[in-house]
Amino acid sequence: METLYAITVGTLTACSVFLILRGRSFPIVIGITMLSYAVNLFLFSTGRLTVNELPLVGLSESSSDPLPQALVLTAIVIGFAMTAYSIILAVRVRGEIGSDEVNDSNYAEQEGQR
Amino acid sequence: MNLAAIVFLPFIGAVIPLLLAGRARLHITLATAAVTVLSLALLVVEAPVALAGDTTLYFAEWLPTLGLHIAFRLDGLALLFAGLILIIGLLVIIYAHYYLSQKDSAPRFFSCLLLFMGSMLGIVTADNLILMWFFWELTSVSSFLLIGYWFHQSTARRGARMALAITGAGGLALLAGILLIGSIVGSYQLDAVFAAADTIREHELYLPILILVLLGAFTKSAQFPFQFWLPHAMAAPTPVSAYLHSATMVKAGIFLMARLLPVLGGTPEWFTIVTLTGLATLLFGAYFALLKTDLKGLLAFSTISHLGLITMLLGLGSAGAVVAALFHIINHATFKAGLFMIAGIIDHETGSRDMRKLSGLRKAMPFTMVLAVITSAAMAGIPFFNGFLSKEMFFAEAYQQDLFGALSWFVPVLATLGAMLSVAYSVRFVHDVFFQEPPHDLPKKPHEPPLMMRFPVIVFAVLCIGVGVAPMLLAADILTPAVSAVTLSETTLDIAIWHGFNMPLLMSALALVGGIVIYVGRSELLTFSRQFDPHDAKEIFAKILSATTRFCDDMMQRIENGSLQRYIALLLVFTLVLVVPELAAVRQLTGDRPQLPIDAISLVGAVILMLAALATAMLHRQRLTSLMMLSVVGLVVSLSFIHFSAPDLAMTQLVVEVVSIILMILALFFMPQRIPRASSGRRVARDVLLAGSIGGIVGTLNYALITRPFESISDFFLANSVPGGGGTNVVNVILVDFRGFDTLGEITVLAIAAAGIHKLLNNLRPFMPSSDVDGRPWHRVKHPLMVQTVAQAILPLALMVSVYIFLRGHNLPGGGFIAGLVTAAAMILQYIANGVDWVKSRFDYNYQTLTSVGVMIALFTGVGSWFFDHNFLTSSFTYVHWPLVGKFELATAILFDLGVYLTVIGATLMILANFGQMTTRHRPRQEGY
Repeated sequence: METLYAITVGTLTACSVFLILRGRSFPIVIGITMLSYAVNLFLFSTGRLTVNELPLVGLSESSSDPLPQALVLTAIVIGFAMTAYSIILAVRVRGEIGSDEVNDSNYAEQEGQR
Repeated sequence: MNLAAIVFLPFIGAVIPLLLAGRARLHITLATAAVTVLSLALLVVEAPVALAGDTTLYFAEWLPTLGLHIAFRLDGLALLFAGLILIIGLLVIIYAHYYLSQKDSAPRFFSCLLLFMGSMLGIVTADNLILMWFFWELTSVSSFLLIGYWFHQSTARRGARMALAITGAGGLALLAGILLIGSIVGSYQLDAVFAAADTIREHELYLPILILVLLGAFTKSAQFPFQFWLPHAMAAPTPVSAYLHSATMVKAGIFLMARLLPVLGGTPEWFTIVTLTGLATLLFGAYFALLKTDLKGLLAFSTISHLGLITMLLGLGSAGAVVAALFHIINHATFKAGLFMIAGIIDHETGSRDMRKLSGLRKAMPFTMVLAVITSAAMAGIPFFNGFLSKEMFFAEAYQQDLFGALSWFVPVLATLGAMLSVAYSVRFVHDVFFQEPPHDLPKKPHEPPLMMRFPVIVFAVLCIGVGVAPMLLAADILTPAVSAVTLSETTLDIAIWHGFNMPLLMSALALVGGIVIYVGRSELLTFSRQFDPHDAKEIFAKILSATTRFCDDMMQRIENGSLQRYIALLLVFTLVLVVPELAAVRQLTGDRPQLPIDAISLVGAVILMLAALATAMLHRQRLTSLMMLSVVGLVVSLSFIHFSAPDLAMTQLVVEVVSIILMILALFFMPQRIPRASSGRRVARDVLLAGSIGGIVGTLNYALITRPFESISDFFLANSVPGGGGTNVVNVILVDFRGFDTLGEITVLAIAAAGIHKLLNNLRPFMPSSDVDGRPWHRVKHPLMVQTVAQAILPLALMVSVYIFLRGHNLPGGGFIAGLVTAAAMILQYIANGVDWVKSRFDYNYQTLTSVGVMIALFTGVGSWFFDHNFLTSSFTYVHWPLVGKFELATAILFDLGVYLTVIGATLMILANFGQMTTRHRPRQEGY
């Protein structure tokens, strides 16, 4: 299971890094969102993987590690705030400049890279 | 304490001239002089100990972990230099009072001068090498201000910049050298360094240390090939030049060599480098001094030459040479300060420093001429003047050394040659200016300066003769302890004017005759030198500087080319470079922790997750599809949280997922739906490679991490959750109780992000398409009836669920975050289904207020603990029995959670509702809405 979990996290990271390396704002925001999923999964797994051991006192004999869960919970909410901020920033830039390219327009003219 | 006061008084006093800015010049001068006199008086009080050959120490800890202390020492060497700095400084202040014109700002001048004086005093009295370096750099900075005093002149600005660049760079080399010494000795205190002298000399790093320290000394003391900054520093006002060239700045390098002679000296490397540099500088300076037509230029090169002489003596390093070096420091300071002041007087009273224009001033300025003859005679080394004695000793040392084996003879020969040139330019200084036919077309009609302007020069001239006639009476007392401090041994001096007919006397005589011959035949020499291209050091320096700047610019251009993608790619590559070797060094990838078996559902989930992630990345040009794939990813992530025993996370992730996908669909309305062109193949290949590597690294790290056993601090939370926090849901208790302060920070960040978004939306004119990407118009029914009805029916249910989740959160999965998100999602659904107008007419509440109220409730819950003498955010709880409901827990933590709940609702709706209004008449239009 651990192998599968690690491969999944790795795949998520790779896909999100690829998206972040794009030249337009929307895929980058999607990439950032996905990267935050990957990071959350990674951080969550520092408490190690456990099945059927809820972090509720008195419900089961042993319990999964509650600390990473608490930290990741706030991380999810903050991640949402960041996603929201960056997507609105992208909309604002589109409104101001008329383009959703993230690079210097002079540079884009020279190289034409997306 | 007095020692520290001597150094710090000028620094404190530097404020006084600025405070007196509105007053008469005389007051400012007197105040500045008073500060100097006070410092000097303290020095005199402390002097007897140093004169007796002992050392006074002052020690106060500053940064003990760095080995840096405020430590001062007053031994013979420090006393000699401090005395020169203060006495000559005082005379320079008097002179400057008359020299500066009414247009010049006296407060600024005297303030900088005092700063400079304090820095120099710090160098010579510091007992800690780092502290000394600190003052060393301060002299670079304050001399920059002094040289650039007339900042309206470009020569002054350039001269100041050059001096700062050269001496500052040398200072950095010196720091490196000092740090190396400190790493060997383990302390920067001078006594410890002296004690470890043998260790340092035998250390393998000795040569680097020597070169670094000498770089510092040579740049400061204008030794060949770093001499070029000194003539350009001539752009400074003459009092500054007189001070810089006699007792301070350039003498700092000499001082450093004398101070570290017992540590670094006595080795073949020291002999070779220091002696040859000194000799080269001596000849170079003397030759160019003869060619200069500017009075101050002549004196500047003669300073270089005399510094070379002193450096060479320190290079020889024998007891006799040290005596000669220190003696010449005093003598040079007296006659050179005097000569610079005479040059300033001539400039001041005739309006010119050009020796081609100046001539025959003996009629107009007879008194100044006498002073010039005396000081020049001392510079030339004529008998019965102080310069003669030290030059004689220099000849003796040059004659006696045998450092270069069979070739040792060239040292005394070249020394005599240097002395000849020195005589020649001294004669020239007097003869060209004061003799020959009377001057014509000078800017001003020459006349004698005021008496007080001549006074400092008279003092110097008297000293030149006095020391020259009675050296043992006037100089021996201060010289003896100084020599002892350098040689670290008892010394008795015997300076006599007459040694009988010997080699040094012959060399002196040769120098005198040769010098006059050179002067008489100087026109030949000038013709000879004219056939060489005049290499202006300023141009070469500017060329080197601009080449360096251009190189750096090119490098910058190459790295910073405006492509954000490239920056990220470079960062990622750099990360790989750092992480890959570390991971490669890990021998065992799989840890010892027993692993869970893979079940079929997990496998299916993981495959879906990976496929969806890949699809998101690959279909990113079809944005809506890509977004749908992303929502699949988020959904499966929340399922995996459920699977791995994290119900709170799963619920949060689920609702956040819904809200952010809605937000992004909304944003997509304002963004281009498709991307016209694909990336070039090369770029895709690069990105795939990079992303794959990073993903592989992260996956490997994660695998290595989760297969290893671990110790967690969570046992504390598990054990104390019920007795300490009164809740069985440990995750929630951590959030609102144990780590409540963190949560307060999180919701504040959330509120700030929402406020930032609110601001971003102000006055925004988004791009609004009238049709979809294929040109089809939007559907005319904006709010379908089915959706409307269902959404309205869901709202009360959703609100009830969210209240339930909120209340049970302390004991079962749930809590403020999740409840808030559920409420927000239900509200968003109303906006989608019914439109902004519908919601506004029923629920017109300001979300900004809601957010602020939420944060404040959380904050005041924390503050409330203070009223019960508890720490911030301490929670208390009790159980009450309600009829019908049963046993129920009341905790202050639930109040805190209420704050979280309201903040999450407020912030989420602030983001989404405000954004959703963009297409309606409720769009925020002006600032402050």
